[in-house]
Amino acid sequence: MSESAPILTAYDLSMVYPNGDGGIQALAGVSFTVSRQEFVCFVGPSGCGKTTLLRLLAGLIAPTYGEVVFEGKRLAQPRRRIGFVFQQANLMPWRTVLSNIVLPLELQQVPAREAEDRANNLINLVGLNGFETSYPCDLSGGMAQRVAIARALIHEPNLLLLDEPFGSLDALTRERMGAELMRVWEARTVTVVMVTHSISEAVLLADRVFVLSARPAHVCLDLPIPLPRPRSLEMTHTGAFGKLASQVRLAIEQG
Amino acid sequence: MTKDEQTGATLLPRVSTRRKFTLWTLPVTLLLTLLAWEAFTRWSGLPAFMVPSPRAVWSRFLLALDDGSLLRHTVVTLLEVLGGLSLGLTVAICLGYGLAKSRTIERLLAPYIVASQSVPVVAIAPLLVIWFGTGSLSKLLISALIVFFPVLVNTVVGLRSVPVDLRDLMRSLRATRWQIFAKLEVPAAMPVLFGGLKIGATLSVIGAVVGEFVAADEGLGYLINVGRGLYDTALVFVVVFDLVGMALALYGVVAGLERWLLAYREVTSRS
Repeated sequence: MSESAPILTAYDLSMVYPNGDGGIQALAGVSFTVSRQEFVCFVGPSGCGKTTLLRLLAGLIAPTYGEVVFEGKRLAQPRRRIGFVFQQANLMPWRTVLSNIVLPLELQQVPAREAEDRANNLINLVGLNGFETSYPCDLSGGMAQRVAIARALIHEPNLLLLDEPFGSLDALTRERMGAELMRVWEARTVTVVMVTHSISEAVLLADRVFVLSARPAHVCLDLPIPLPRPRSLEMTHTGAFGKLASQVRLAIEQG
Repeated sequence: MTKDEQTGATLLPRVSTRRKFTLWTLPVTLLLTLLAWEAFTRWSGLPAFMVPSPRAVWSRFLLALDDGSLLRHTVVTLLEVLGGLSLGLTVAICLGYGLAKSRTIERLLAPYIVASQSVPVVAIAPLLVIWFGTGSLSKLLISALIVFFPVLVNTVVGLRSVPVDLRDLMRSLRATRWQIFAKLEVPAAMPVLFGGLKIGATLSVIGAVVGEFVAADEGLGYLINVGRGLYDTALVFVVVFDLVGMALALYGVVAGLERWLLAYREVTSRS
């Protein structure tokens, strides 16, 4: 896509988790650049350190070597302009849908009225009208994850990190949520970095797909996805899509 | 304390059919118990100073109510209980927070806290009476002491049960320490804390009465001692029922508070 200034750059990221004998190396020299408003997906075999990578990009943990640069500054701690969506919806069970969504604004002491207006816009965007006062225990998995996405977007982050957000959903819901995420991304000026283990999901959604090798992970393929937008599920049956997907699959297998 | 009280959270009637069920069972079983008791006193041949009949207990109750003694002593004990409960709760929650947050504090204090629990309250109650006098203060302290441990344990367990992902969420949103405490730790620990609170509420009554047994000139424990001394067994029964009522009322208040504060746990509709 555009060659504008990168919003996020990873330089030679390595991560070693200490244990008895020398430590477990999760990442070995991961480097990449993400441009503004790009939609980027990371795929890789399970247990390759995708979640570690995302937690590094969020500033939740510090790398053993290397550094993350976000909006021109070295990332040393979490930033408010980075939103995070977890594998599980990770909602607070004692809060209603609405008050879960406004949490980030509440923490920044944004006036309640303004926060609720913004929340209601997002509730429209993710299609949760009528569930404002429901509690998480009354929501299905897909609905809960929509709340999580709305919550991650409400403080208008420039970068949205998603850690296998649809991993726990059934296949049909998953496809629908992918399409909705695309819609949300097109409606908002936000950069998306998403980790997934679904190749077709990655190719369908992303501008660029990074393939991570088996542990210790490094980027073994950086594949631009030139499919036109807006994209639809039908595209998964085209030859161009199949070619891209098999390129990704090959890279994963050769790791 | 029974096993049931420890798992009190799961015993709350959740389903409406069960609530209906208890609605008619309680009066019926109560009536049957009273009848069996009346029959027992009539045909066992035991003298009234050993087992008074329900009617004798009832008339003793009316008498104690009439001369104001029951109310006066109940108020004394209730104040001790409420004071002990508040003090025990406050100290246990503060210390529990420290223990849950700091390994150092835990390593320093945990052995003593656990060891202190092997000392029966009955054994240290006389000491507290020696140190703090025969007035209400010593009873309040004994009550606080007995409330302390279950609340402490549940505070620690509750705080440790806060999901890691929610902590990460708060961190990723740059929440302050205070915000993490108020908006995450307190509500997340609340369900477990209430478990300890329910046990503590019933125990607090025991603590106060134990103290009054040791040395007192007022309170329900004192009234039991008086009844025993005079072979006024009906009075002892009256006070026992009074104490049961007090403990149940406290438990009820806590359980009601729990149901109100933790209403979010009840699924309202499931498609």
